[in-house]
Amino acid sequence: MSNPPLQEFWAGVKALLPMLIGVMPFGAIYGVLALTTGLHPAAALAMSIILFAGSAQFLFCQLLGAGAPTPVIVAEIGLLNLRHALYSATLAPHTTHLPKRWKWALAYLLTDEAFAAISRHPIDDDTHPHRHWFYLGAGLALWSGWQLSTAAGVLLGARLPTDWPLDFALPLTFIAIVVPLIRTRALLAAALVAGGMALLTASLPFKLGLLLAALTGMAAGWRVAGMAR
Amino acid sequence: MSIWLTIVACGLITFAIRLSFIAVEGKLTIPRWFRALLPFVPVATLTALIVPDLLMPQGALWLSWSNPRLVAGVAAIGIAAATRSVLWTLIGGFAILALSSGINS
Repeated sequence: MSNPPLQEFWAGVKALLPMLIGVMPFGAIYGVLALTTGLHPAAALAMSIILFAGSAQFLFCQLLGAGAPTPVIVAEIGLLNLRHALYSATLAPHTTHLPKRWKWALAYLLTDEAFAAISRHPIDDDTHPHRHWFYLGAGLALWSGWQLSTAAGVLLGARLPTDWPLDFALPLTFIAIVVPLIRTRALLAAALVAGGMALLTASLPFKLGLLLAALTGMAAGWRVAGMAR
Repeated sequence: MSIWLTIVACGLITFAIRLSFIAVEGKLTIPRWFRALLPFVPVATLTALIVPDLLMPQGALWLSWSNPRLVAGVAAIGIAAATRSVLWTLIGGFAILALSSGINS
């Protein structure tokens, strides 16, 4: 009952494709934003490869535009991307048998979208010894879409229509990822507190409110879960 | 020059986070309180990103049904809950954004 690697790989690509509809417009917007922030086109493209995290690249540009110092940028990106630790922890038990190069490749390709595609697919390693090919397919599909769309944004720049609300693709994608995750009262509490705090702290400099909101949301969820235990 | 250093530093920290549990699984015990906190990290972080996009599209709080992004966002939450589909959430969200922008302009 084991699928050959190639079949798993394409299944992963297919599972990721709907995500690209939300991700690619956002990639193009990132490309435009990076240039208007004053980033060199080479740096804008390199960031898509080195960082490979849409919301973090957006935040990077916003902070750079606001004149934030390097330590602030690095700390905020680190905290914003802390959620990937959950994805790493979820995937970890299914990667223990893999060689190091596979682990590094899958870790590099681990994003919100790839993880959402993976976690909607039943993980059952006993019957699927080639499941890591599925992860690779999903990860590489998103990677290619992201690189292509950010390059399009950088190349087309000002020629992209600015009156289209393409930036709305990111909150919509995140809504589609987050809503199915909220399955308990504790998770709902985390979302409500994080959202409320994000509004209350929106005026703080360097987007620090975003981090404050995320941290209080996590604490609230943890607390509510603790009360239920 | 410093911009490249910043990009590389951000990339390294992000990669380290993504690799963290994958690298240490079976070799290190992760504290239970940290594991208990993990499920809340994506929900809290992503919601903190989403909510200002819907309620403060121009930087100030706009709590009104004439705010097209709020209307489309609330509808998208309903669509996501009902369908669990990224595709339908995007199609529905953009369609309602277009409709409510048209009505209010």
